[in-house]
Amino acid sequence: MNTAESFAELPVTPKPPLRRFHQARWDEPIIFELSRPGRRGLAVPEPGAARVELPESVRRAEPPRLPELSQQLVLRHYLRLSQENLGADLNVDVGQGTCTMKYSPKVNDRFAAAVAEVHPLQHEDTVQGVLEIYWRLERMLAEISGLSRVSLQPGSGSAAIYANIAMIRAYHAATGGGARDQVITTMFSHPSNAACAKTAGYEVITLMPDADGLPDIEALRAAVGPRTAALMITNPEDTGIFNPRIQEFVDLVHEAGGLACYDQANANGILGITRARDAGFDLCHFNLHKTFSTPHACGGPAAGACGVSAELAPFLPGPVVTRDGDAYRLETPPRSIGKIRPFLGVTPNIVRAYAWIMALGGDGLRQVAETAALNNNYLMHKVLQIRGASAPWGRRRIEQVRYSWQELSEETGVHSEEIGVRAADFGVHYWTSHHPYVVPEPFTLEPTESYTKEDLDEYAAILAHVAEEARRDPELVKGAPYNQTIHKIDPTPLDDPKAWAPTWRAYVRKHRP
Amino acid sequence: MTHPYIPNAEPGVRAEMLAAIGARDVEEFYADIPAGLRLDRPLDLPPALTAEHDLARHMKGLLDRVTDTEQALSFLGHGCYPHHVPAVCDEVNSRSEFLTAYAGEPYEDHGRFQALFEYVSMMGELLEMDVVNVPTYDGFQAAGTALRMACRHTGRSKVLVSAAVSADKLSKLRDFLAPDIEIVLAPVGDGGEITVPAFDAAFAAIYLETPNVYGVVETRGRELADLAHAHGALLVVGADPISLGVLAPPAAYGADIACGDIQSLGMHQSHGGGHAGYIATHDHEPLVAEFPSRLFGIAPTKVPGEYGFGDVFYDRTSFAHREEGKEWVGTAAALWGITAGVYLALLGPHGLRELGETILARTRYAMDALARSVTVLHPDAIHFREFAIEVPSSSALLDALRERGIYGGVPLDARTVLVCVTERHSIADIDRLAAAVQEVL
Repeated sequence: MNTAESFAELPVTPKPPLRRFHQARWDEPIIFELSRPGRRGLAVPEPGAARVELPESVRRAEPPRLPELSQQLVLRHYLRLSQENLGADLNVDVGQGTCTMKYSPKVNDRFAAAVAEVHPLQHEDTVQGVLEIYWRLERMLAEISGLSRVSLQPGSGSAAIYANIAMIRAYHAATGGGARDQVITTMFSHPSNAACAKTAGYEVITLMPDADGLPDIEALRAAVGPRTAALMITNPEDTGIFNPRIQEFVDLVHEAGGLACYDQANANGILGITRARDAGFDLCHFNLHKTFSTPHACGGPAAGACGVSAELAPFLPGPVVTRDGDAYRLETPPRSIGKIRPFLGVTPNIVRAYAWIMALGGDGLRQVAETAALNNNYLMHKVLQIRGASAPWGRRRIEQVRYSWQELSEETGVHSEEIGVRAADFGVHYWTSHHPYVVPEPFTLEPTESYTKEDLDEYAAILAHVAEEARRDPELVKGAPYNQTIHKIDPTPLDDPKAWAPTWRAYVRKHRP
Repeated sequence: MTHPYIPNAEPGVRAEMLAAIGARDVEEFYADIPAGLRLDRPLDLPPALTAEHDLARHMKGLLDRVTDTEQALSFLGHGCYPHHVPAVCDEVNSRSEFLTAYAGEPYEDHGRFQALFEYVSMMGELLEMDVVNVPTYDGFQAAGTALRMACRHTGRSKVLVSAAVSADKLSKLRDFLAPDIEIVLAPVGDGGEITVPAFDAAFAAIYLETPNVYGVVETRGRELADLAHAHGALLVVGADPISLGVLAPPAAYGADIACGDIQSLGMHQSHGGGHAGYIATHDHEPLVAEFPSRLFGIAPTKVPGEYGFGDVFYDRTSFAHREEGKEWVGTAAALWGITAGVYLALLGPHGLRELGETILARTRYAMDALARSVTVLHPDAIHFREFAIEVPSSSALLDALRERGIYGGVPLDARTVLVCVTERHSIADIDRLAAAVQEVL
């Protein structure tokens, strides 16, 4: 018999409208502070053969000052850190616009693990299954883009953008266009289009949005000419607006002798709806960790895919997989730009992306796109009911929206970054936008196909609540976070060479001598 | 049936959401796409395997047509290495919180920032350098960026690159350094180490790799550092961090930039999917300014005793300034950085030394064992983990070994095979290779 005095009643009262979230707070030290000499996390095999004496010129003089920990201590430390991290599996991750934070099916991780012990230079005969997956995924992405051939070698979206630029450069060099030294991009295309083009030696021309929020076609007319190597453009752009005149953009560049390259990182809303080749593009790239669901892994490993027309196919990075009857072989294209990364590609993610498409099929991909657009328009409908939030230009959006808190910020003095940090106190997060902030006080939401209506309602309710807080008590929002592992950070040392501490040894030297 | 990955495809909720928006049909959302650009047919893809079981069966059918390095005895290396992967590494990097996170702020993703800060900090100790990047894609990219950093830093556009690097890495460097940087190759001498041709103040850097493509440990690092510095150039050294428990870190003999791949530190071979690149320098502001990558550093918070983190010197990056930033930054290989940190914490200073001693000893044992039947190249040099052998026909030898369940090595050319030995190869494994080589020759 329970003799305790009752202090609460059944039934349990309903949950409050917003989640009473608190992130794990283990107050975990830096790993070096957990070290004690003599401890060890892993034993290694004894040599079993005569030891090799190293000459002094190559021998390490002092042991590295790595921490010394028992195995369980290492595990516990890292599991605590993992709990202090908010993965997409744990939250309504619709706030990382442009990044397509969709569900990464768990079963695909099992398939990826199956290649763990495969070496990339095994003889072709011993890896036919892996090569077939490469070949099949290539054919699928060729169908999805309408382009002829696809390289799965690049390690990420930006690496794929760079690979496309390198192919453009090689194509012009081979066809007498070597004097073309300019690449045109747009302000709402991913910054890597501009940055990769510059790295590859091009002058970059950036088209600004016009009064309708679209890249200014008059500015394009003024920019194209004999110096144009290529147009590198995202569509829908980071605003979520599909450029209805995209074919004119492509035609203008083609007429000037340039190539048109489509950044399809944001392809999730248009799978099976419209294709790169149908608008005349010569090249495109996909991020397999975005549209095709491979997990984002704290920022990689990822994978990129470059699609090219038949004219560009000889320049693809090598090798590519070809089919010869029932056998799959590796082949380096005749005028290949060479290697973008080691070996064939990020195979575990190639396997995952292939499995994801196989789980959906053509109709499923179209349903992904339509549902991503539906979710986005539904969330936009909810967000625009929040006083102080807006979607500049008021146009239709496909799969994401770059919103603005300008009105709220002018009223309260609270900035978009601060609202995002306060929202994290309720177990979600959002990202503002790339720099520069062309849309003032920006935030970019992309709900993908993965989240339920109730998830979207919850997310919008959190933003509405924080906006209300900003009006009622701006200092409360500016002082956030409160329910996180740590409290508000003072970032000033990070830009001061005398104070910055990019490693523990730099920190100890500068601040704990 | 509503697809398990697409909850709002369910007709009832779809209708409810459309009604809330005031749209009749999802087609309204696509009104900006001109009719001429619309795909007027379904995508031509294989039929969906919606049931997880069916998908798993299909994938098994494909993946069973692979014979991996645990089903054969493999001596393949050449940039991707079969080291033991501690169970704790897999445990940590398969955690949902890390596996599925991306780009959260240093609050909700505090754990990611701390884990990556700890990774760069442990690499810093191993390298004896104060600045290490959040990983780039792989060792190829790290070498390319390190050389571009050296060129920007010195204002020069010519680099001397060791010819003792893999052909694929050289291919990457040729593409990545084009069009503005000239590559001059430093040829390999008879002993397996590079020799330096005429060097002058037009060069931005010397790129040395150690152990090099033949597994040879370069012994003249100090001399090359002095040569580079005498001409106002930098020494850039590519080094596999797993060797640094026994080998001197590049900074100890005067390197200005160290770089390489961290796949050895706790990543599976994964058919080339385990790569990530590191770049390290001293805390010298003008050189720090040339990093394109993110650098994570400690910052204080409102509460005493709390470590916060953030981006060091963010203004360098393309995230901050598009084409005016240094090269570009983006998603690369962060999870492998976290994993490498776990690996270094597990081994510690002494585990890493013991591991290096075992690899050195077994490499030498394998060289001696094979020398009984084939020519081992560069026999007098110090080798770490790899060595080359000369045979009548690379493909004939490797085909015959494969029939015996052995992946004998990577063919470097028609007559040269590169053999890789790690702590995973027992003495018995090595004896089996040597016996098989003797038998087939």
